[in-house]
Amino acid sequence: MSTGMPPPRSYPAKPADVYLFGTCVLDLFDPEAGVSAAALLEREGIRVHYPPEQTCCGQPGYTSGFPEEARRVAAAQLSLFPEPWPVVVPSGSCAGMMRLNWPALFADDPQHLPAARAVGERVFELTEFLVHVCGTRLDDRGGSRKVVLHTSCTARREMGTHLTGRALLAQCAGVETAQQAREAECCGFGGTFSVRQPDISAAMAADKAEALEATGAEVLVSADAGCLLNINGTLEKRGSRLRGQHIATFLLGRLEGRS
Amino acid sequence: MTARDRILRRLRSAGVEALPPPVLPAAFRVGGALPGEAPVDALRRNLEGAQAVVVDARAGDWRAELARICAARGVRSLLLPPGFALAPWPEGPALRRFDRPIEEFKTSLFEDTDAGLTVAGCAIADTGTLVHADPAGQPRTLSLVPPIHFCLLDPRRLHGSLADAIAAEGWAAPMPSNLVFVSGPSKTADIQQTLAYGAHGPKELYVLLAEAPAGPGE
Amino acid sequence: MQSALNFHRDARAVVGNPVLRAGFRGAMDFLMAKRAAQFPDEGAFAELRAAGEAIRRYSLARLPDLLEQLERNLTANGIRVHWAETPEEACALIIEITAKAGGKLVVKGKSMVSEEVELNHALAGAGIDALESDMGEYIVQLAGERPSHIIMPAIHKTKEEIARLFAEKVPGVDYTDSVDALIQIGRRVLRDKFRETKVGLSGVNVAVAETGTLCLVENEGNGRMCTTVPEVHVAITGIEKVVEKLAHVPPLMTLLTRSATGQAVTTYFNWISGPRRPGELDGPREVHLVLVDNGRSGAYADPRFRATLQCIRCGACMNHCPVYTRIGGHAYGTTYPGPIGKIISPHLLGLEATAPLVTASSLCGACGEVCPVKIPIPDLLIRLRQQSQGNAASPLIPGAGAGRKRLMATAMGLWSRLYGDPGLYRLFAWVATRFRFLAPSRQGAWTDSRAPLKPAARTLGERMADRR
Ligand code: SF4
Repeated sequence: MSTGMPPPRSYPAKPADVYLFGTCVLDLFDPEAGVSAAALLEREGIRVHYPPEQTCCGQPGYTSGFPEEARRVAAAQLSLFPEPWPVVVPSGSCAGMMRLNWPALFADDPQHLPAARAVGERVFELTEFLVHVCGTRLDDRGGSRKVVLHTSCTARREMGTHLTGRALLAQCAGVETAQQAREAECCGFGGTFSVRQPDISAAMAADKAEALEATGAEVLVSADAGCLLNINGTLEKRGSRLRGQHIATFLLGRLEGRS
Repeated sequence: MTARDRILRRLRSAGVEALPPPVLPAAFRVGGALPGEAPVDALRRNLEGAQAVVVDARAGDWRAELARICAARGVRSLLLPPGFALAPWPEGPALRRFDRPIEEFKTSLFEDTDAGLTVAGCAIADTGTLVHADPAGQPRTLSLVPPIHFCLLDPRRLHGSLADAIAAEGWAAPMPSNLVFVSGPSKTADIQQTLAYGAHGPKELYVLLAEAPAGPGE
Repeated sequence: MQSALNFHRDARAVVGNPVLRAGFRGAMDFLMAKRAAQFPDEGAFAELRAAGEAIRRYSLARLPDLLEQLERNLTANGIRVHWAETPEEACALIIEITAKAGGKLVVKGKSMVSEEVELNHALAGAGIDALESDMGEYIVQLAGERPSHIIMPAIHKTKEEIARLFAEKVPGVDYTDSVDALIQIGRRVLRDKFRETKVGLSGVNVAVAETGTLCLVENEGNGRMCTTVPEVHVAITGIEKVVEKLAHVPPLMTLLTRSATGQAVTTYFNWISGPRRPGELDGPREVHLVLVDNGRSGAYADPRFRATLQCIRCGACMNHCPVYTRIGGHAYGTTYPGPIGKIISPHLLGLEATAPLVTASSLCGACGEVCPVKIPIPDLLIRLRQQSQGNAASPLIPGAGAGRKRLMATAMGLWSRLYGDPGLYRLFAWVATRFRFLAPSRQGAWTDSRAPLKPAARTLGERMADRR
């Protein structure tokens, strides 16, 4: 579905249990975000189950043209979600991979295709889940803060998560959300693109960093782990004071009066 | 086997199944043009938006308007369609008719013709388009080569949309050798996105609205 | 020779040139805003776009039949139809037509297919001059360059550069950077050529099978000059550009002009259904159409790559592409730059010459989102990457596997083994976090512009286990 938004999906009632799929990036580089996502879900009275065998959705291999390698990784996830509970993913592009690209990845693999479809349909991006399934009401305890939101391209275009991210920030009374120039433009991450086309990727990241800095925001917030690695790495190298934080970490901090 | 046969054979060997005919949006079906604005107003708005000058001469005499513009723009020679009758007027431009094959007067067409006058066969309101569908009566270069283009249009020959025009004019059977739509003066933005008029065709377009303007052999 | 083999080098050169970068950025911002203004209503746009897609898919599904119908009706209308499998054949046909007409000069309207088959080069080899008459193309030809955009060929040039170029190359012209004056200079030079030339050449925006008609949209009027004033008009186009009915033309042309330049309609819409007929006083005596395959039937053979042929060459995908915006059109090294170039060039040139292009996308999806005929460009890029890496079940494109690099393949194999085996991954993650102080400060290309990646102290898996 790379030609725009798929038809709107219908959302289930708020469940008692969910699976959390933490993603490979959060597992190694930002576990705080995963823990915060779990806490936000628990606040809604939901039990969070974290299958310990989980690793990665397979996206790096899939988008690089290595479908067999990607299938092997993705297939290892398919049996981890046996109950019919939603699978919540605190990263837009990974959620999109599972929901929208797994069927294509397993199209010629009849053994795994049914499971890939079945799990994929239960996948929700975190902010999408909080807004549309939980109807979350955030009780903001933080001070006044100016933030800027970045949304991954695929999550924005395929799932509209820039809207749910914005909706959650708007619930925080003390938070002012700044508007960045060319908000919808890619930050230049693109998985292996960042190292296979380093010059172009760096130019895109630099422009993104500039646009973010120009807003005068104190914090960059994003629901997308990969973009955050790229943008934070770039901001740090530039000596910028601005840093990005996962939206789960940021929101939990607001509720606890920390961020 | 020829290139043609090989190409067609390759295409056929793909074995593609036919699809149902496409469904066109209402605006592209006959009679689907948006109502509201009067067609002549839409035509005018669109043409003016494209830098054309529209002169409504329905109440008066289009010849007087033509004379006025020719004087104001310093037109010294005006080329008319074959057989088009127009009497010269004092201090007016030299009138010539496009009544020979282009080869016989290319130089004067390109070098000393200030303006050309055409009679549009019909027009399309929702895009502001003048239609020249009769290459025998309205030679194609008449609306192209002279730097100023006058176009006479009978507003009763107005269609809402292109889809309406295609259906009503019955072009499909058979098509004229050349159908030319003009929606403004020639223009380009090829240098630094800066709009400039008169790229290769007319720099100025004047549309004279007149009911039943003099046709060939008036 | 078209090839993307210097892509990295050429892209880097533009990325490092602030003037060029700012120029492209400004131009793309301008084109994006103009397009957006033409599609104010999302619902109406979605409907129109769905119709555009449906028309193109319907036409492609019947392509061989429509091509035969087109040929029949064009022939009945007096237009001669020629078929070319390769660029060489296409050029040879045009050289022959020109020679028969006794032409020493071909004046050209805008035609990307003529660039694709490198017609000018072939004509020169046969002692025939080719002159571009679209203002942008004329400027680019005068500078000895190639177009950098399929709609705005000279978009990489500032008006000052063009002013210097004209002063240097056009006899009797003094330096002026007034855009109006520059355009009038071009007009004057080219008018003489329209008048003199025996042969005019054009592209085709869409061909209508049921009537035998060639449609051309343009703003300048040079296309009309090339197709009207000379004795012989040669049109050249790809075999995919055909639709069945006249009624299919308006939605496609509306999508084309709105997406391309943000215009509801172009100044001229030229429908050509035959040479000058008895009683007519101008128009060409002969009209020819050269239908070019050049790899298109190969793309057609695959049900997914077939979507590539839906393209109506509006250029919106490049205007919205963050990569094109950074590097412009020349770095691609191919006739078609930007997203459409990345998906069509491998079929035209093979993967050996184009492998670097298929990796040159972050898959952000901006192209697929704006494409007026809904070509799933990012999905096609992923499929092309499989072909390029030699990982597809069947090689569909010449040069499949040409982009495979040992290092990348090994890394992907390792990644797959590691992340496909939870036990092994846990072990790896434990080591990576416990020895995170060993994370190198240089991490290949990543750290050229970013701080190094450093694992957290403990993994998310461990922390979640603690919470239970
Ligand atoms: S791929 Fe789509 S957006 Fe790009 S040029 Fe073709 S039609 Fe236009």
